[in-house]
Amino acid sequence: MPTTTSRDQGPDLHTPLNAAPLTHGQLPRRAPQSVFLAALVAGIALLLSGWNVAAAAIVAGFGYAVVVYAWSRAVEGPRKATDRLVTAVVTGAFLLALIPLISVVFTVISKGAPRFDDQFFTYSMRGVVGEGGGAYHAIMGTLIITGLAALISVPIGLLTAIYLVEYGRGKLARAITFFVDVMTGIPSIVAGLFAYALFALIFGPGVRMGIMGAVALSVLMIPVVVRSTEEMLKIVPNELREAAYALAVPKWRTIVKVVLPTALAGIATGVTLAVARVIGETAPLLVTVGITSSDNFNPFDGRMATLPVFSYYQYVTPGVPPDPALNRAWTAALTLIIIVMVLNLAARLISRLFAPKTRG
Amino acid sequence: MPSSTERTRAHRAPQRPGDRVFAGLSTGAGVLILVVLAGVAAFLLTEAWPALVAPAEDIPGGEGVAIYIWPLLFGTLLSAFLALLIAAPLAVAIALFITHYAPRRIAQALGYLIDLLAAVPSIIYGLWGIAVLAPLSVEPSEWLAENLGFIPLFAGPATSTGRTMLVAVIVLAVMILPITSAVVREAFRQTPRLHEEASLALGATRWEMIRMAVLPFGRSSIIGASMLGLGRALGETMAVAIVLSVSGGVTFNLISSGNPKTIAANIALDFPESTGIAVNTLIASGLVLFAVTLLVNMAARAVINRRREFSGAN
Amino acid sequence: MAKRIEVKDLDIYYDKFLAVQGVSMTIQPRSITALIGPSGCGKSTFLRTLNRMHELVPNARVDGKIFMDDEDLYGPGVDPVSVRREIGMVFQRPNPFPTMSIYENVAAGLRLNSTRIKKADLDELVERSLRSANLWEEVKDRLNRPGSGLSGGQQQRLCIARAIAVQPGVLLMDEPCSALDPISTQAIEDLMLELKSDYTIVIVTHNMQQAARVSDVTGFFNLRGVGQPGELVEIDETTKIFSTPSNKATEDYISGRFG
Repeated sequence: MPTTTSRDQGPDLHTPLNAAPLTHGQLPRRAPQSVFLAALVAGIALLLSGWNVAAAAIVAGFGYAVVVYAWSRAVEGPRKATDRLVTAVVTGAFLLALIPLISVVFTVISKGAPRFDDQFFTYSMRGVVGEGGGAYHAIMGTLIITGLAALISVPIGLLTAIYLVEYGRGKLARAITFFVDVMTGIPSIVAGLFAYALFALIFGPGVRMGIMGAVALSVLMIPVVVRSTEEMLKIVPNELREAAYALAVPKWRTIVKVVLPTALAGIATGVTLAVARVIGETAPLLVTVGITSSDNFNPFDGRMATLPVFSYYQYVTPGVPPDPALNRAWTAALTLIIIVMVLNLAARLISRLFAPKTRG
Repeated sequence: MPSSTERTRAHRAPQRPGDRVFAGLSTGAGVLILVVLAGVAAFLLTEAWPALVAPAEDIPGGEGVAIYIWPLLFGTLLSAFLALLIAAPLAVAIALFITHYAPRRIAQALGYLIDLLAAVPSIIYGLWGIAVLAPLSVEPSEWLAENLGFIPLFAGPATSTGRTMLVAVIVLAVMILPITSAVVREAFRQTPRLHEEASLALGATRWEMIRMAVLPFGRSSIIGASMLGLGRALGETMAVAIVLSVSGGVTFNLISSGNPKTIAANIALDFPESTGIAVNTLIASGLVLFAVTLLVNMAARAVINRRREFSGAN
Repeated sequence: MAKRIEVKDLDIYYDKFLAVQGVSMTIQPRSITALIGPSGCGKSTFLRTLNRMHELVPNARVDGKIFMDDEDLYGPGVDPVSVRREIGMVFQRPNPFPTMSIYENVAAGLRLNSTRIKKADLDELVERSLRSANLWEEVKDRLNRPGSGLSGGQQQRLCIARAIAVQPGVLLMDEPCSALDPISTQAIEDLMLELKSDYTIVIVTHNMQQAARVSDVTGFFNLRGVGQPGELVEIDETTKIFSTPSNKATEDYISGRFG
């Protein structure tokens, strides 16, 4: 705000500081938009004249911020100018974060599409050298191992959440809450090492089994299930519980018949998201399940293939010529990203369609 | 909420068998989680022990466990800190955009969009990093080496493969961005309307309001969220394993072909081919990683939880 | 410095919903104007249009004119930020910034407006504002302690000090005593009576005794019916409103509460 008062003479405590008028210079309404367009055009011009994409974008972005700031400072004063600058920076940061998302999706689709065919989904890699082959064995392996992980994690996670919300109190509950939070931060590779160490003690070193992968994934999945279920159970209104108690329903039946069904949609959403989170895990499976090129659907017997690990090995050990393997790696990545996105979408749908109306 | 339901049964009414079984089961599940966490530490320690007591020359590299793990730990810390340095300010800005700048109707959808970044499996970030980002980074790296070579980080010489620490750091930053910004976003969203209005009523612009009311309120969450992101970056495996062309060693040089390894990536790369004491050594390095991330995460949670209590009291 | 406010035919909307209709009134400088009425009749909404806080709600807007002295608050080119700077506001619940000290809370508005203010001048302005808010004696020894450590009544006076530190022409108070005990309420009411020699004060209150005690002019807002917009039923000198209101609805409301 341009101050017209006597700032330089020290404050006169008896007249108001603010003889400033209510109206002062304002940028035209479309000013930021037109500057943005100008910056865009300038950026494209730089690009066409042979600049690197990143460099052109950076220059255009800076140009936009500087012009808006300077123009606003001249017309509207420094406070408003800073406000506009921050708006530009914050919006720019958001757009910047979208670039990798778009780039990742675009890359995976364009590179994964060539081998996204029947053969990929019906063949394993048994005896395949060079062209052809598929990831049938890996897709099945991923489904089996993730399914097993869910089978382990959901009951434990659900019961823990019930304990925390319905029974828990005192030190034990606080400790569990805290360590569940901490557990969400365990690096996935450490979860894999844990499963390996556990099974190595029983079966001796060098052991590889599907179930080991499931155990490793469970370590990662349990805390997610606990946290989301806990949130959902907390939303269930206490009146419902008290209504059931008033009808002389025992506590455990109240939980099973009243509380859980009310929260079911939310819990299903949470479990779906948890599955989505672990289904793409690579590192723990790399050290526990390994890789194989044939079908093995028995999680208690030796190495299995999984989609992420399949993708990894196809990429890092492509053989000669490398292209068929690289294509298979990208198609596996595409399949994986589709599975994850579908799971995420399903989770949103479940919560949107079945959620009890808690928000106004 | 549990306390109020508990209070209704504080008189120790006789317990039905069904109740006792159910309460036992759910308590058991909770305790199991503690046991598992303790188990992670215990089993890792058991399997790491042979490497810890083995004579130095048996360890890969021949100079003992500490010498083996130190460069790995250095690489891990370096990559994670630099990733955080990029991700933290971006995460705060994104959180601000979604909570205070974006039109309210689409804000939630934009939040989902950022969350999708978190859903992309790490292997895919690795592939993206090496296939897209690495080639793109070559030219800027050369420019950095030429013009900013006096900074140790950009000493160069720049590689032509782009499989550098710089690319790994950027990929890591992208990966930890969603979790960091989600936590900060939640805190910003809970800024009391009262305080926002107080500053607006004093004649603050939007940014001044954010500086007076929103940022101070979210400060500890920003710290906590950053540490959470740091924990993620420390443990991230596949992206680094794929992107980085490693040669071991301790260097701050981000754009050359000689990059320090990280613990997690080293395990992923070497574990499948290792036997005997080498496996124990890798597990020992995993134990170190576990300890570091555990400390970082516990600190992060403590900071975030303290804020929760503080804001509850208000 | 106290300014006159003139409202002409003001309609207030939330999106398409007409919340308050056809308000016209003149608010005299150096007086206290109280707005009373049943819950949901739009008196707080109306108050928030006076310093353009209303438009912070998405899609909220107004039709009509509000003049402060001769300036149209909703005229083209008027910056809401400058309007709020000129018209201070005190809220229902005391809301000192929790992370700032008492001193910083009072200085907050000043720092926004002039960045190069000298420390000694700032000290003087803070002291003067706190003295005007009758808080100086209670806090002068702990200016650097957090504002949230004060009692509710003290916090509210701190908020008043914060609002008057920037020397606004008008002070809006949205049920400033509803979260306070009777003794703190008394202190705030005394303060209002002192401040009215320098400021134009508009207060929304649910407490009719309070309106009767402190205000010079009282406006009565009412809902025309369920789902209908709120309206200003009548506005007149407080003594007249509370003794011989000209409108039946006003009389019912007042006698109902007193009876």
